[in-house]
Amino acid sequence: MAEISYRDAVTRGIAQEMARDPDVVFLGEDVAKPGGCFKATVGLYEQFGALRVRDTPISEQAILGAAMGAAMTGLKPIAEIMFSDFIAVCFDYIANEFPKSRYMSNGQLKCPLVVRTANGAGSRFGAQHSQSVENWCMMIPGLKVVAPSTPRDVIGLMAAAVRDPDPVIFFEHKSLYNSKGEVPDGEIVDTLGSAKIVRPGKDATICALALMVPRALEAAERLKIDHGIDCEVVDVRSLVPLDTQTILGSVARTGRLFTVEENPRLCGWGAEIVSIVADEAFYDLDGPPVRITTPHIPLPAADIMEDVVLPTPDRIAETVKRSLEA
Amino acid sequence: MTPPNDRTNGGAGLNDDIGEAKRLELYRLQVVIRESEQRAFDLFLQNLVKGTSHLSLGQEAVAAGFAGAMKKGDLSFCTYRGHAHTLARGVSVEKVLGELMQKDNGLMRGKGGSMHLTSEEHGVMGSYAIIGAHLPIACGAAWRAQYRGDKDVSVCFFGDGTTNIGAFHEALNFAAVWKLPVVFVCENNLYMEYTPIKDVIPIPQPAADRASAYGLERILIDGNDADVVYRTAQKAFARARAGEGPSLIECLTYRHSGHSRADPAKYRPEGELEEWKKRDPVKIYRERLKQFGVKEDAIAEIDASVRKEVDDATEACKAAPPPPLDIISTDVYADGGWAWRN
Repeated sequence: MAEISYRDAVTRGIAQEMARDPDVVFLGEDVAKPGGCFKATVGLYEQFGALRVRDTPISEQAILGAAMGAAMTGLKPIAEIMFSDFIAVCFDYIANEFPKSRYMSNGQLKCPLVVRTANGAGSRFGAQHSQSVENWCMMIPGLKVVAPSTPRDVIGLMAAAVRDPDPVIFFEHKSLYNSKGEVPDGEIVDTLGSAKIVRPGKDATICALALMVPRALEAAERLKIDHGIDCEVVDVRSLVPLDTQTILGSVARTGRLFTVEENPRLCGWGAEIVSIVADEAFYDLDGPPVRITTPHIPLPAADIMEDVVLPTPDRIAETVKRSLEA
Repeated sequence: MTPPNDRTNGGAGLNDDIGEAKRLELYRLQVVIRESEQRAFDLFLQNLVKGTSHLSLGQEAVAAGFAGAMKKGDLSFCTYRGHAHTLARGVSVEKVLGELMQKDNGLMRGKGGSMHLTSEEHGVMGSYAIIGAHLPIACGAAWRAQYRGDKDVSVCFFGDGTTNIGAFHEALNFAAVWKLPVVFVCENNLYMEYTPIKDVIPIPQPAADRASAYGLERILIDGNDADVVYRTAQKAFARARAGEGPSLIECLTYRHSGHSRADPAKYRPEGELEEWKKRDPVKIYRERLKQFGVKEDAIAEIDASVRKEVDDATEACKAAPPPPLDIISTDVYADGGWAWRN
């Protein structure tokens, strides 16, 4: 067991898979000698060499297209898109190519690859370098989508993503790169499609993802200490496949559902979870499900404004308390 | 633009570097494409080909010349105008027509349609209907070959209109910088959908005149002469296999029909089609065979056997059932199913 950062976990997760399988290759902008714009891949170039860790031009379509062509013909590429906002310039691959080639070819073609990308706000970068865009990917049949919140999950889900035979979009959160957590020694392999109850509780279920997980946990602690409200926090971890059983089971115990989403309001993943719970567990609910999201606005750059729009532990705690008391 | 008359590449000369066996193969491939595409059009008029279809009538020599030069294991990446390239790699006429007719005997059992013909076992790694998308994908397949030391070449076909989309330029730059074993083939049929390509480029040739931007040789050839295409392909493949990097080849050609089945191509100036039909690739090649001493009978025999193959395929497709509805939700994910939740 050792404490490592989320940033170092990215490197360790990729290294674990590259050491295991020579078909795993890694490409992206400034990922090789520079070690990545967020320094999340430092040392991979030195460890695995120039043939397996390759810098590309600023050509996101070429990066994802090349990853797909390599995946179709036998490699297991990991492609980096530096900021998740840039998915918009190569969305054809995410929306039309990766997820449809197997289906359209009636199962002839495969696309086992991982796109890892830095998602989310907190760096004061403004509206084009701070978004949470996991919903852009969640809505497309044929993709898998994960977003880990801890160093251990980064390694375990990276391994699961690389070993998975389908295209996986792997959202790392920029504001979690400096966070630390305990990680066991040796190989770590997790499972896609499994949520995790990170804090048991009996009064309400709070579903959260990525940066919202530590914030939900902090809110739950305050609610317990200040008001005696005992919240269960579910780290959703994987949007596709979605572990609805863990969520439905939690709601069956607590009777209340809250989702905490960093994405803007419309069509957020929380809406899908609320819809599933309303449809399948309506009579388990003791009150209306509540979504806590960033408002439906582009993100402002200034720190005082960015801090206001993202769900905070205060806002989460206040919303849960108000709803339970209503 | 007028049809090319440049025969400098030895096309009409009695340079028998290609040999009779290969010439007969190139001819047969062109006739298979011609007859199949013509049949697809006829079946469309009978409302038996559904959805859209984009024919390569008039462009047969490009597909035949490249496929004739490809080895087993070489990979084709096609566009929505991909019937010709799929047939040229040896996929059966029945499988192609079946997919166009959306029958269970189709290449992808009706799940892909005319624009997405794919036959992995023949090296046809997909037909891509988003303009330019497959150029980077072909780069990736070539990257795999480079990484593993495999000797196959990835061949990527696209139209003149593709040269104006971003992915074209990203892929050309990427392939050149990484020295990938990929061959980019621009079929310049003079029209990007309904608009003359010359109206939307600031240079005379959409692909050839951009090659220098990527450090590549300017290659502009007569795409209606299968021998010229074949020789050019061989040279580019040899370069790719030797690790010397990509090639960009512009083939001048002309589509005899409209852009898609819905297009009567009325935007073409009067006389242009007739002028190009004088340089019909199938006609040119038939003459070529005669020049090399192939008897009329032998040519007629090829024509008849292809026609029979297309007739038989047509009947098989007419008789085939539609795809079963239980495959609607198969092969979304690698486990064979579509489950997105537990």
